[in-house]
Amino acid sequence: MASLGHDATSYAPPLEMEEMELAHPKTFIGKYIWSQDAKVIAIQYGITATAIGMVALVLSIMIRLQLGFPETFSFMDPSSYLQSVSMHGMIMVVYLLTALFLGGFGNYLIPLMCGARDMVFPYLNMLSFWMYLLAVLVLVASFFVPGGPTGAGWTLYPPQAISPGTPGIDGGIILMLVSLALFIIGFTMGGLNYIVTVLQARTRGMTLMRLPLSIWGIFMATVLAMLAFPALLVAALMMLMDLLLGTSFFMPTMVSLGEQAGYDGGSPLLFQHLFWFFGHPEVYIVALPAFGIVSDVLATHARRNIFGYRMMVWALVAIGGLSFIVWAHHMYVSGMNPYFGFLFATTTLIIAVPTALKVYNWVLTLWHGNIQLTVPMLFCIGFIFTFVNGGLSGLFLGNVTVDLPLSDTYFVVGHFHMVMAVAPIMVIFAAIYHWYPLITGRMLDNTLGKIHFWVTLLGTYAIYYPMHYMGFAGVPRRYYAYGETGFISDSVATLNSFISIAAIVVALAQLLFIYNIVVSRTRGEKAGRNPWNATTLEWQTEHVPPHHGNFGPELPIVYRWPYDYAVPGAKHDFIPQNVPPEDVEPASADDPKAD
Amino acid sequence: MAIALAVILLVLGTVLFHFLSPWHLTPLASNWGDVDTTIQITFIVTGAVFVAVNLFMAYAIIRFRYNKNRRSRYDPENKKLEIWLTALTTVGIAVLLAPGLVVWGAFVTVPEDAHEVEVVGQQWHWSFRFPGQDGQLGAVHATFIDDDNAYGLNPDDPRAQDDLLVQSPVLVLPVDRPVKLRLRSRDVLHNFQVANFRAKMDVVPGQASYMWLTPTVVGDYDIVCAELCGIAHFAMRGMVRVVEQEEFDEWLASQPTFGDLLAREPADTAAGAAQYAVCSACHGPEGQGDENANAPQIAGMSAWAVERQLHNFRTGARGSHENDTYGQQMRPFATMLADDAAIRNIAAHIESLPERRVAPTIDGDAERGRRLYRTCANCHGQDGQGIQATNGPPLSGIQDWYLATQIENFRQGIRGRHPQDLYGNQMVDMAKMLMNEAAVRDVVAYIGTLGTTIGTDTATTQLQRDD
Repeated sequence: MASLGHDATSYAPPLEMEEMELAHPKTFIGKYIWSQDAKVIAIQYGITATAIGMVALVLSIMIRLQLGFPETFSFMDPSSYLQSVSMHGMIMVVYLLTALFLGGFGNYLIPLMCGARDMVFPYLNMLSFWMYLLAVLVLVASFFVPGGPTGAGWTLYPPQAISPGTPGIDGGIILMLVSLALFIIGFTMGGLNYIVTVLQARTRGMTLMRLPLSIWGIFMATVLAMLAFPALLVAALMMLMDLLLGTSFFMPTMVSLGEQAGYDGGSPLLFQHLFWFFGHPEVYIVALPAFGIVSDVLATHARRNIFGYRMMVWALVAIGGLSFIVWAHHMYVSGMNPYFGFLFATTTLIIAVPTALKVYNWVLTLWHGNIQLTVPMLFCIGFIFTFVNGGLSGLFLGNVTVDLPLSDTYFVVGHFHMVMAVAPIMVIFAAIYHWYPLITGRMLDNTLGKIHFWVTLLGTYAIYYPMHYMGFAGVPRRYYAYGETGFISDSVATLNSFISIAAIVVALAQLLFIYNIVVSRTRGEKAGRNPWNATTLEWQTEHVPPHHGNFGPELPIVYRWPYDYAVPGAKHDFIPQNVPPEDVEPASADDPKAD
Repeated sequence: MAIALAVILLVLGTVLFHFLSPWHLTPLASNWGDVDTTIQITFIVTGAVFVAVNLFMAYAIIRFRYNKNRRSRYDPENKKLEIWLTALTTVGIAVLLAPGLVVWGAFVTVPEDAHEVEVVGQQWHWSFRFPGQDGQLGAVHATFIDDDNAYGLNPDDPRAQDDLLVQSPVLVLPVDRPVKLRLRSRDVLHNFQVANFRAKMDVVPGQASYMWLTPTVVGDYDIVCAELCGIAHFAMRGMVRVVEQEEFDEWLASQPTFGDLLAREPADTAAGAAQYAVCSACHGPEGQGDENANAPQIAGMSAWAVERQLHNFRTGARGSHENDTYGQQMRPFATMLADDAAIRNIAAHIESLPERRVAPTIDGDAERGRRLYRTCANCHGQDGQGIQATNGPPLSGIQDWYLATQIENFRQGIRGRHPQDLYGNQMVDMAKMLMNEAAVRDVVAYIGTLGTTIGTDTATTQLQRDD
């Protein structure tokens, strides 16, 4: 009979490389602490990122308490406000989102989905996590040094980041910069692993164009990170030298609180260029894994092939490439040569085209699907809704003229939280609800999951959507208090109180989620193998959860693309990637059919 | 199905919110109406896409909800549809980008007939400079900056001599005349934002940035700093006053030139001593202050700080609020001073008087006060010695009962909210971080431990101040 499916072939390429040999640890410490198993390292990354993310969540509540109820909480003074803002931002972007998507999901999914026994360099992979942990500890230490953590904003712009008048210039900023350097070193170890594993360790038949989009997203994000993080690393080291050795990379001739500062000839804009050369790709370092993962979860729960797979892959590659030539759209009003605005507005708006195509393809995947409204699917829909909103507001800020009144206002806060905080977090939740059964062998509680979803979706929209309108009114960001102005009305204060209450409710819902994760680990319903009837390799392992080495005595051989859902002529509505065409059970007359 | 309904309701709510929201663009007061037009175009295009994509998704969720007797459609690719969607999106993007680039072209091109103003940002204050008769701004460099040359003007540059210096954060501009703002910072990054003008630009140390606009509506508009510049970022305020040309000319003519400042006679301390007689009734012959007269110690206080307050009292920027009882008592004495020269003489005399240690009268937790004071220290100095560059007057050597009253007055807006009180406004915003009376007492108790202590024991000043 003819092969069923889009990309199915009975041909299995010959074994070209010997399988890697794994040393199976015997002790508890070898299995769970100094572990070289990518799956354990993924969990370690996940727990650490979640823990530090909870710190950032608390900081966000402190910010909201001050903004919503000014002159109420005596622990919030201008310094602690700026410190909360700065640490919240940096932790969420780098130490939570980047670490969780790449260190967490990257480690868990890459070997399993590629059909490998582990990462190519397991020992380096282990070091990567411990370096990350060290970076987190150094960061946390900055809360305990005299003067506290830096309050320079997460962008750490000099001269202000290392000048008097900013909190944390005694020790906080040093620890911040050192921690970033450690993070980048650790990440480089992991990142090399992810890239080499995807390129070198895929199982037989797993061509690049048969990779699940999750892997494409994580892979592209890692490539971006390897190219972007060095810019941040040198910026951090140069700023450390300006602070500690008296160099003037970023520090111009200037006075500081009336005294000559002793610097000469440096350029504050140089730092901004370096920072955003990292910072803009960073947005996609977070977004691309989210794009990939949501595609897989969406297809599985809609029981339909992802629409336009090749377009999706090329869109990921295009977005990744373009992301390196748009950075100065963060700097339209930075005082750089304003003629750059023409170039960067154009490149920025061009990047909207492949991004929009991805959105269309997700929605078209739902069209003619057979949509199961599971909790992961709800979060996917929440992601699409949030991402559409956040992406479209990006067209305001990316268009240089429109950015003029909106830059540095709450419009920006609303935009980036929508597009790179809420949207990726929705995908993280979708992914955790989706893969938790594989990781633990048990299902997460459905009711708690639904409550978590609804509060998170409606709550975050209530928080961030109105912020755009505060931005239109010209309300500047990073303000401890608004005082009296002619253009900020009292209704802004009322709105701020409302937003703060919504934020507290959303934060509480996250506790429910953590509770669900902890309790379901032992009490959740048993998942069994492949509870979602998914096609990708991670669900085809011999054991659930998969053991060290992932697969049984034989690695799986891949015969088809990862989206063979509802293949006409097949009995079941999914065909796993490792099922050869001759083993596909043909449909009988009374099996369900497409409309 | 709840989710499909929710998406539909969220879309409806989003659109309704847009039209009903009380928060929208501030009334336009410059020539940049094209910016607003570009925003409107963006709203229409993105709004249509937002509604279309989400409603389509909601419809798909309802229409293709799970049914175990049905299969989804298997169609991995549809080239034609994908090409159409790419083309449509590209057109939409072009519609957004084209007007944006055209308006930006106008924004970066300063008209030939624009007059020039320099905006100087510093922590946490705005000041301004106009070219004088020669129509040219004199050369500046940060190395020239000190307390007597706040702008860092090159004293040897002949073009600098007639530059008009506006050290108050109020900028007056003539209506309907294009102006090029040359932006310069003394210390860290700032951003000059006037919401009603739409335009904004960062103020960067070590270089000059620029923007231009034509004010079109007479009125007062807030200047706020829109680039994080340290702990008092939120309190870095100013005002643009757009007036008719004649009023502007008159105002500009009254501003001192750099040459005027350089040529100023040194203050006459002897003349100041003679005039001080009238002050001594309340402040004491040695300026030591008298609690019964509600008069604080002024002896040894920096002349610039004394000058500023005498000036404020004289013009009514201070002491004219109905609840400022003691300030009202001070006003008649200040108005007795004939002119700025008299104020400078008397301030010089006061500075020359020996400062005495003041005795504490208020109980407070100085240790907690030390933590609270870390914010104050940024402008008033670690030791309460005052910093002229941040406009923070000295605090040490002033009686605690006076400090407590004044902080309370700031907190309640009794002092500092007068439109002519150019620096007090900032202090109102800062004082609000002291949440209650206890906080005021604590910080005042700590300030009491600071400072020069001539001829008295220094044991109580040994508290650590590195926090």
